[in-house]
Amino acid sequence: MDMSIDQLYTEIIMTHNKSQHNKRLLDHPTQMERGHNPNCGDDITFFLEMDGDVIKDASYMGSGCAISQASTSIMIDLVKGKTRSEAEVLIETFFNMIRGQAQNEDEKDLLEDAVIFESLNTMPARVKCGTLSWHCLDVVLHNSSEK
Amino acid sequence: MVSELKKQFPIFAQTPELIYLDSAATTQKPNLVVDAIANQLLYENGSPHRGAHKSSVIATKLYHEAKEAVQSFIGARDTSEIVFTKNASEALNLIAYGYGLTHVSKGQNIVVAITSHHSNLVPWQMVAKKNEAELRYLYLDEDGYFTKESLENIDQGTALVAIPVISNAYGVRHEFEKVIALAKKVGAVTVIDGAQAVGHMPVNVREWDCDFFVFSGHKIYAPQGIGVLYGKREILENVSPFLLGGDMIEYVSEQETTFAGLPERLEAGTQNVTGAHGLRTAIEFIQQIGVEQMALHERSLVEMTLAAFEKLDYIKVIGPKDSLRRGGLITFMVEGVHPHDVASLLDNKGIAIRAGHHCCQPLMTYLKAPASCRVSFGIYNTPNDVEALIEGIKYVRKVFGYEY
Repeated sequence: MDMSIDQLYTEIIMTHNKSQHNKRLLDHPTQMERGHNPNCGDDITFFLEMDGDVIKDASYMGSGCAISQASTSIMIDLVKGKTRSEAEVLIETFFNMIRGQAQNEDEKDLLEDAVIFESLNTMPARVKCGTLSWHCLDVVLHNSSEK
Repeated sequence: MVSELKKQFPIFAQTPELIYLDSAATTQKPNLVVDAIANQLLYENGSPHRGAHKSSVIATKLYHEAKEAVQSFIGARDTSEIVFTKNASEALNLIAYGYGLTHVSKGQNIVVAITSHHSNLVPWQMVAKKNEAELRYLYLDEDGYFTKESLENIDQGTALVAIPVISNAYGVRHEFEKVIALAKKVGAVTVIDGAQAVGHMPVNVREWDCDFFVFSGHKIYAPQGIGVLYGKREILENVSPFLLGGDMIEYVSEQETTFAGLPERLEAGTQNVTGAHGLRTAIEFIQQIGVEQMALHERSLVEMTLAAFEKLDYIKVIGPKDSLRRGGLITFMVEGVHPHDVASLLDNKGIAIRAGHHCCQPLMTYLKAPASCRVSFGIYNTPNDVEALIEGIKYVRKVFGYEY
């Protein structure tokens, strides 16, 4: 879908009501990772609770622009309950979409709500906002798999 | 006057929807400057200072004329006090590495304004750490003046004081003459960042009696890649060469080198004659209009914007409300919308503003404003631009579902 920036924002605002539920601390986090975009002031701490190989729970705290907040929240909804390797596939699919690779139907289904960020591939100034938390997740999964 | 001047900037003819409100970051360029540069590159190009042939002679001549233009523009005594650099940041680093490291002793202190751009702050962190000196700050009261307590940080142990004339993130024109006087009383050297002042207000480094003064060409209608370091002759004598190599030497043998005089020994390698010529032309452009005229023009736009912002209760302005105490820029926040989102949505309407921390993270932390929006005016901006900005901000609030 070829979304203009105000359409993207409208989509984000609509999902914004859903997004606040992920902005909280976890009771029993097993990992955390802080990411920030110094250029624009996005500062997010991402929390993960792994139960063996499965992502039991995830959340975030911090401040940032609407794109970074929504992307974080949508990502959390997506990965909760997934295994580590399923999450890794999601991350790669998301990054491919952001890089401008066309997505087939299966990939779009996989990404669910996250497909609204496809238009970021034509907005170089905002890409880092959309990918910030996904990079945090990537780092956290990588670190936890080294144990 | 303004519409005539705006026509001299081809970008606005090519993209009529562009409302450029980020001149404090970098300015758009007029025909005059670009034509002069193109002409120099095509027909007046050669190696300055090195050759015995006509091409070299003409490049040398243009380079020196550029120095003279700068010298007279900022009121320096002579061209030996003018060093060309890449930009203000490089000039400040030159001072830090070439002077700061050898003239700030262990146990002394350096005093920096909290409003300093990172370029006039981070180098002083480096010097303070290396030489085990203390780094102190001048803080602001709620009206944007330096607090009495923090001014007392300038004491007998102060080796150096670094402040901007106009804060690029707070907007205030500081009481820099007062700070210079305090520094002089204790024998401290002053490093004044003029990046937001030059071309926006009359500058006279001799009257101000500052020791070092810097600015960047690209903020005054010249190209990127040319900056100026002014140093009072007696002080500049004590700056060690920063970049070493070609042109800044006198005699070089296998193991030893002697350095050239001033300002040559602070300019290594082939200089940016093109940039210097562009800067000279930009200075002529500004002088033709008149710096006072430019200041008046910017002030009227600042006043118009402040008045419009005052009517909207969801806009919070950072810095003084009195336009006479301001430079040509306004930093502000839109309630409920992150600055980056404001900037993106305005960009969609052709309006270019800056969002973020404006290279002033310590200031933003001090003000408890992690990110903010900034608009800044140039000679091509008009009252229509201010109206468009206000409509744009209302539109942003609307997209986010807020009252506007």
